[in-house]
Amino acid sequence: MVLTLLVITVVASFTLASVYNVTKEPIAAAREAARQNAITMVVPEFDRLESRMFLPLTGRDSLEFNFAYKDDELVGVAVGTYTDQGFSGRIRAMVGFYPDGRIVDVVHLQHAETPGLGDKIEKSKSDWSDQFRDFDPATQVLRVTKDGGNVDAITAATITSRAYCDGIQRAYETFIANVKTPEGGAE
Amino acid sequence: MSQLKNFTKGFIKENPVFVLLLGLCPALGVTTSAFNGLGMGLATTFVLVSSNVVVSLIKSQIPDKVRIPSFIVIIASFVTIVQLVMEAFLPDLFASLGLFIPLIVVNCLVLGRAEAFASKKNLVSSLVDGLGMGLGFAFALTLLGAVRELLGSGAIFGYPFIQGDGMLVFVLAPGAFIGLGYLIALTNLIKKNE
Repeated sequence: MVLTLLVITVVASFTLASVYNVTKEPIAAAREAARQNAITMVVPEFDRLESRMFLPLTGRDSLEFNFAYKDDELVGVAVGTYTDQGFSGRIRAMVGFYPDGRIVDVVHLQHAETPGLGDKIEKSKSDWSDQFRDFDPATQVLRVTKDGGNVDAITAATITSRAYCDGIQRAYETFIANVKTPEGGAE
Repeated sequence: MSQLKNFTKGFIKENPVFVLLLGLCPALGVTTSAFNGLGMGLATTFVLVSSNVVVSLIKSQIPDKVRIPSFIVIIASFVTIVQLVMEAFLPDLFASLGLFIPLIVVNCLVLGRAEAFASKKNLVSSLVDGLGMGLGFAFALTLLGAVRELLGSGAIFGYPFIQGDGMLVFVLAPGAFIGLGYLIALTNLIKKNE
């Protein structure tokens, strides 16, 4: 009886280990491709990337800053940010900033929002997130209009819209605290 | 029972979702669109066929007392394989289904077929049963997903054909219950008229 269970679990472990070995690289490649793709979408054209992690002012997990250079000049920073205020679970997004702090573009990486409502944050589902293009958080407020901000919420998905703004705001605050210097602001 | 009957019973007569009412957790959870339903259904089909085959092959070796843990280990292994392979080669599908794949382990349909069918029948019957039941499950999930997507988002397989929003309730959880209820009623009607 014990022997049968032992044999079954050992065989299962070996099978899983070999499948894991086969799929390890494609999985890493797929994740890396998704990340690279998101970075390319939210910063101007670049020829060199440098990644560093920064701890945000709010929230526990650090954010990944991808500095994009072209001819050794900083052209943009892609920040992998997150928010836990979504309707269902964590939303992760990639926010691109110009060196002066204006937003280039925002693209979602992962979410579990309601299909048909909150999933309009996806670029393929709706052009809602296009309003963040050239958004300047220094002069405009990253909150939905209902809360006195400059962002139009998605109809029937205010919670998702608020959460998305929260994630972008987290990226912006961390960006200002760690990256933007008077020199950087002058471009 | 002929193998053809064995295969087709999963679609209407013994449909796992509409008649046996097994595996309702994924049936209600992932069917927000027809594509998600199909993906989940096919993933479950693969697990069901594989676990039925393996259970049928080693059924005489497993002592009665430890059969349930043995089945669960076998099923969980196949589910993990599906998860790894899907993430590696179908990252888009994984992005929308990934959360629900591990739940196939506790889908009572898979364990139910292993316990009630594969552990008693021969290899070919178990394979056909797994295939029929799995495809019946996929059929049910796709149908429910299509109904909810149609009424909730005004689209089918992601292609919209109306402007604006549909009936939002069908996108949310209550819509799953309403849709499932009507589909079960429809199945009963078809079965009655046979």
